[in-house]
Amino acid sequence: MSTSSNPATGAPKKNGIVEWIDYRLPIFTFMNHELREYPTPKNLNYWWNFGSLAGIVLVVMILSGIFLAMNYTAHVDHAFVSVERIMRDVNYGWLIRYIHMNGASMFFLVVYIHIFRGLYYGSYKPPRELLWWLGLVILILMMATAFLGYVLPWGQMSFWGATVITNLFSAIPLVGEPIVTWLWGGFSVDNPTLNRFFSLHYLLPFVIVGVVMLHLVALHTHGSNNPLGIDTKKNPKDSIPFHPYYTVKDMFGLGVFLVIYAAFVFFAPNFFGEPVNYVPANPLQTPSEIVPEWYLLPFYAILRSIPDKLAGVIAMFGAIFILFLLPWLDSSKVRSATFRPIYKQLFWIFLVDCIVLGWAGAQHPEGAPLLIGRLATAYYFLHFIVLLPLVSKFEKPRALPESISTPVLKTEKA
Amino acid sequence: MSESAHASATHGQPGHGEGETRRDFLALAATAFAGAGAACALWPFIDSMNPAADTLALSTTDVDISPIAEGMRITVKWRGKPVFIDHRNKEQIDQARSVNLSELPDPAKDEDRAQKAEWLVMVGVCTHLGCIPNGQKQGEPRGDFGGWFCPCHGSHYDTSGRIRRGPAPRNLDVPPYKFTTDTTVSIG
Ligand code: HEM
Ligand code: FES
Repeated sequence: MSTSSNPATGAPKKNGIVEWIDYRLPIFTFMNHELREYPTPKNLNYWWNFGSLAGIVLVVMILSGIFLAMNYTAHVDHAFVSVERIMRDVNYGWLIRYIHMNGASMFFLVVYIHIFRGLYYGSYKPPRELLWWLGLVILILMMATAFLGYVLPWGQMSFWGATVITNLFSAIPLVGEPIVTWLWGGFSVDNPTLNRFFSLHYLLPFVIVGVVMLHLVALHTHGSNNPLGIDTKKNPKDSIPFHPYYTVKDMFGLGVFLVIYAAFVFFAPNFFGEPVNYVPANPLQTPSEIVPEWYLLPFYAILRSIPDKLAGVIAMFGAIFILFLLPWLDSSKVRSATFRPIYKQLFWIFLVDCIVLGWAGAQHPEGAPLLIGRLATAYYFLHFIVLLPLVSKFEKPRALPESISTPVLKTEKA
Repeated sequence: MSESAHASATHGQPGHGEGETRRDFLALAATAFAGAGAACALWPFIDSMNPAADTLALSTTDVDISPIAEGMRITVKWRGKPVFIDHRNKEQIDQARSVNLSELPDPAKDEDRAQKAEWLVMVGVCTHLGCIPNGQKQGEPRGDFGGWFCPCHGSHYDTSGRIRRGPAPRNLDVPPYKFTTDTTVSIG
């Protein structure tokens, strides 16, 4: 982003070198177009901060990860010790590791808020279906990356988490067992597994960067959705340039976010972690309880609430894949829940349902928690397969405003 | 709303020329602040690439020199680098001490390079581009000055480890060391 600009017009100042390059490779025109002029609805609220936040956290994860990798050893005999060496001996190693560990939790927090924002304001609806799909691909890649990363410190939870998750694939009929052996590169989670996990953990974040680029291309093709969910292209008064209005707002949001993130890194660095993962992996002894990181708990709850192995695995993956069908399950023409009285209630119930699933995923799967987990799982699918299609057919939405300016102008006249 | 705010910022301050508004000042101050913060945040990452505490802890090596007979040279490892320990004989010491300092590219007295005349302790890394000079083992070429010869680009060192001919700019470095007993030398 070029900072030198004509204060009167906001257009970039003429600079010989910039012009020479731009004439041959129009990166400056491109950046000016996408990051300065980019017409943005003028009514975006703070829920629209989370996309750029997610991008920044991704960069933080890659940077901190690269520095961790300089001191990490992907070998069963050295992995745990190398992480402890990062914590004790490497200059600021503790800081870099805590940034990375808590960064993963922050990343999911930000992305989940980003997704629920999309659910509330109908951002998955035409013409943004592929934008939504690309976002879901990012979510899946993030889950894979976080799972692989969690194995690297080679603590008890790393080892047994890896064992349990890879064993999910054994549910596949006929080829399940060979697939698991292939994933492991052996007959249990062992050194070959750790090596390939490190390789992939290093690779996937860069794949995520690529998909994020596509996500942004799709976004900028039709522009951002907005709290009213109406098309803003028709009325030029509905848009303002991205810079300075949203750059400043994003920076402010970043400041608030960094305070929260830093509070965890410096004052509660192991808040999201499991103490057993500071015990070195022991292939002969499973810890008394296996729980995944918090951001995977709802899916874990769905897995455990179904008594059949194969059906449980299908339900767990189905819980993510059903999100791909959302643009067609919800056929209402109105995007924003602001104008959909019934969908708005469904949204909040669904949010609570996901939190309940997360809670259930952290409990022992027996008695009341198991029952609650089962009900919440049933409701999760009921929401998508039954309630949404029906509501989007029969609900009577409130009248939409012509443009963003209309309601404002009306009150001004009054 | 933003129109009027902008207008007052431009016109409300007498004495400020075109473009020098309170807003410009705020933008500059905020950018400078963020820049300073980013630079500070960068430091831990850069510093993490410096030697870690355990690496620094490896930085002394004790060597028992009692088995080294006169005329023998041995190599030990200190901080991952070879250190040459040479038990010099009378002839080699005399050779090193009789040289006229003005003949040397990097003048240094042998007395200043060896704490005890018969023991020469040096980092065995050529000061040209880091190869290990030959001469430690029996039968290896020792160059034209009876000390060491670097095969990479032909640097000749004398019996005090001083550069005499070839591209290397400096004498072989003498590491910090002390004799903790008559038969033990502690390097580092
Ligand atoms: C999408 C971005 C990323 C996510 C979500 C992520 C997630 C994680 C997680 C959850 C852990 C386990 C933390 C712990 O309990 O110690 C971890 C460890 C690790 N990650 Fe990443 N990571 C990401 C990117 C990267 C990148 C780009 C690298 C660079 C090579 C990297 C290198 C490492 C290393 C070496 C470890 C093991 C050291 C440790 O456990 O602290 N990560 N990662
Ligand atoms: S490295 Fe020894 S002469 Fe060049």
